[in-house]
Amino acid sequence: MTMIPQMPKSWRLESKPHKFCPGCGHGLVLKALGEAIDELGIQDKVVFGADIGCSLLAWDFFNVDTVQTHHGRTTPVVTGVKRANPDVICIAYMGDGGGYAIGSQHLVNAAARNERITAILVNNCNYAMTGGQMAPTTLPGMKTETTPYGRDVRESGYPTQGPEMVAAITREGSYVARGTVANLKQLKGFLKKALQNQMDGNGFSFVEALSTCPTNWRTNAKDTWAFVEKEMTKFFNVGELKNPAAKEGE
Amino acid sequence: MAEKPIQGEKRVFMTGNEVVAWAALAAKAEIMYGYPITPQNEIMHYWTRLAPKFGKRFLQTEDELSAGFTTLGGVLAGRKAFTATAGPGNTLMQEPMSMAEMMRIPSVVIIQQRGGPSTATVIYSQQEVTMTTYGGNGEGLRVVYSTANHQELFDYTIKAFNTAWKYRFPTFVLGDGYQAKMRESLTIYDPEEKGLEFVPTETFLGKAPVNGVKQPVHLRNTYNTEEELYEVITRYMEEYLKVAPEIIEHREFSCEDADIVVVSHGVVSRAAKVAVQELREEGLKIGYFRPVTLRPFPAEELKKVAARAKTLLLVESAFGQMAKLVKDAIFGSTVALENLFKPGVGITSEEIVVRVKEIEKGALAK
Repeated sequence: MTMIPQMPKSWRLESKPHKFCPGCGHGLVLKALGEAIDELGIQDKVVFGADIGCSLLAWDFFNVDTVQTHHGRTTPVVTGVKRANPDVICIAYMGDGGGYAIGSQHLVNAAARNERITAILVNNCNYAMTGGQMAPTTLPGMKTETTPYGRDVRESGYPTQGPEMVAAITREGSYVARGTVANLKQLKGFLKKALQNQMDGNGFSFVEALSTCPTNWRTNAKDTWAFVEKEMTKFFNVGELKNPAAKEGE
Repeated sequence: MAEKPIQGEKRVFMTGNEVVAWAALAAKAEIMYGYPITPQNEIMHYWTRLAPKFGKRFLQTEDELSAGFTTLGGVLAGRKAFTATAGPGNTLMQEPMSMAEMMRIPSVVIIQQRGGPSTATVIYSQQEVTMTTYGGNGEGLRVVYSTANHQELFDYTIKAFNTAWKYRFPTFVLGDGYQAKMRESLTIYDPEEKGLEFVPTETFLGKAPVNGVKQPVHLRNTYNTEEELYEVITRYMEEYLKVAPEIIEHREFSCEDADIVVVSHGVVSRAAKVAVQELREEGLKIGYFRPVTLRPFPAEELKKVAARAKTLLLVESAFGQMAKLVKDAIFGSTVALENLFKPGVGITSEEIVVRVKEIEKGALAK
């Protein structure tokens, strides 16, 4: 008898095993997201938008209505959906390039307008689909295909602090957090709250997930894990930055 | 809340941008997504004043990329959504519209052409023909109506919604700054009272479960292999070419015995019409041809005209953008081509008359 590994109910079995590289963090983020969708019982109401880059490989990942868009343009597409039909639960799924570089104006303005959508951004410190170039989130000194001698902060600045930026420009009602694939239980909790925040009609919800890319980092399993747990967290603090639901209890 | 924006028909005197807003209401558009750029701004100004009275919505986005992509999101959610832009905004609009072509998302974009390239002028041109007909990294899977007056702006904006939803190709109404800003008389009307039926919209994303069962859809614009893409594009092109004859529209008169036929489109065709009428009164054998759809182009219709005429005089407020479409359409014809190109500037009937007489003189001298 073939054993089928335990998978979220909202996952689409026909597209499994998924197409991400071995060791890639996308599968983990999408597992946490799938469980969050299951636990909230919203599978039939979700519209999932997938960006370009590795995130596009999620275009047939879930048994939910899905639209794969252009690089950086997932935020406006799901904004358009949500504005036209506020009853659906909209998720914009993107990478660090899509959210912080080519689509940064959309992220900033959707946050500023307090769009009732949930944006999930996977941060793996590089443009992985195109072969490992520098991303806005590449760490200082980190080698990529376009920073072969390491990212020089005098040339190309410091890593983008996405959730901090979103937290700074949003007002009441927004939910902002940074999770990590190194703590899936916590990440799932953040994703659940980010979705619940949208369902409550509060406002813009944003979760960045620190993720892994052994293919482009050229790391083995041990070093991959060390990088996400030790190196990335030097620049990217894990935790909740904004949570409207927590206010009263504090 | 008023029931219908327009009851029966009404004679009005308004700017072209106001006409577009009324036409979108009359066509039962539900939501506009837009970004300010001259000379189309007043479409948004009138829409935002009128729309709430009829339960319709508006979102001002951060740029034209967002205006285009939110429009596509609105359409995917099942709404009759539209946007409007011009010039550099049209440049940005090509990205979302290429996605609309690939995913066959019905969409309506109103373009009010301004001078180009770059920021140029906010006033007028016919320099967005190439971009509007064949923009984006694709094959021009779209419909472009070039209007000449305010009545047409009203009629073709309404028609654009039906064309887009019937054939599922992005549909553009190509006006210009003169049409946008000038006031003119026209008749606005309720299309349904005139017997026009609206093509129903379709919900692609977020459809409610049927009998408790949800069938999720997975929409994409990316393909894994060359062959996969080739198959899709081949099918789309076949469909496009098959429906093209139903979509194509043109106007012509006095072409049967004409030696010189003036070919023009949009607002310039009004000057051409007057010029041809005057020259006919003088006894010259001059004809008039105007493509209304620039894409698909009335190629067969123009070929017939070109086969009888000695010369086609191509007149446009651009340096040969319509002329390229004409040459492509009549390839193989031996008709002589003359031109009157004035990029970014209006053209009067007097100028066309002078140009025709020059050509006549040249022909006699030979």
